[in-house]
Amino acid sequence: MQPIDTVAVQEALNRFANRDVYIHLETTNGAYASHHNEGFYSVGAYIRNACIRFTRGKITGPGPYRVGLKLDLGWVYAEGLTHWEWTEKGQLLLAGHDDQGKLAVALELSDEPFV
Amino acid sequence: MNERHVLVVFPHPDDEAFGVSGTIAEHAQNGTPVTYACLTLGEMGRNMGVPPFANRETLPLIRKQELEEACRILGIRDLRLLGYRDKTIEFEDEEELADRIAAIAAETNPSLVITFYPGYSVHPDHDACGAAVIRALKRWPKEKRPTVHCVAFAKNCEQDLGQPDVVRDVSSVIDTKLAAIRAHRSQTEGLMQAASKRGDALAWLKTERFWTYRWDD
Repeated sequence: MQPIDTVAVQEALNRFANRDVYIHLETTNGAYASHHNEGFYSVGAYIRNACIRFTRGKITGPGPYRVGLKLDLGWVYAEGLTHWEWTEKGQLLLAGHDDQGKLAVALELSDEPFV
Repeated sequence: MNERHVLVVFPHPDDEAFGVSGTIAEHAQNGTPVTYACLTLGEMGRNMGVPPFANRETLPLIRKQELEEACRILGIRDLRLLGYRDKTIEFEDEEELADRIAAIAAETNPSLVITFYPGYSVHPDHDACGAAVIRALKRWPKEKRPTVHCVAFAKNCEQDLGQPDVVRDVSSVIDTKLAAIRAHRSQTEGLMQAASKRGDALAWLKTERFWTYRWDD
């Protein structure tokens, strides 16, 4: 993956607007966060292959970046995004890695379900 | 001090409580009409009361009731709920958001607007809210624009903006201010308990600080 280029990511988001797209969104502290630090309150969330349609997607922030997708009746967003990739299948992959390179958040969009 | 109309624009219920509610109470007691445009209902707040009495789905309704109670206490008779979603303001269309705020400003014709200083208010919703207010008012001829007093609390705000040029002692309405803070129970209960143990909260709450927005044109 490459460090996020906001212009390129914005163009990619625009391409997915106003049509059915499959989304993968997850946040994680890692399964061992509370093990290594007893006081750490570990949380995560995960959704995969939900089909959504957004009217506008936008990337903001000074970096790490935030992406918000506005739906007719709601919202999807992710924060802490640092890297991106446009796959051969035309999927937009966005990820946020911590200072050790570990994945902390992922937001991905695809015309076809993720396998 | 004697304003024609005061327009307060913040993104979350309780944004007015700690830094601005004394100033609002003083204006209201002077007979100045105050309009509060609140962009969201703080739907994504992480405080749920101590012990918790709200959940993700009930929180907006609870915070709406808390906001209405705070407005009653402060003497705000005109509360506008703009219906945006917490933590999404920065993703909205900037022109459309400015249009909504411009319409309220045109209708109420304030001599003073209070909001967050764009770029110096830490939370993305705060910065986006302040930026929308500035964008809305910038459409007006410079000589017709109301004064804008901005709240800022980023670590670098004094380094970049200098000292706040408006420092108000709100001791005379401190009881009203405390009541307004307490009205936002779901958000402030834990904070107020912690503050009372520390003991220095009252001195901090008696002073409200603003930076007058300096237009760049």
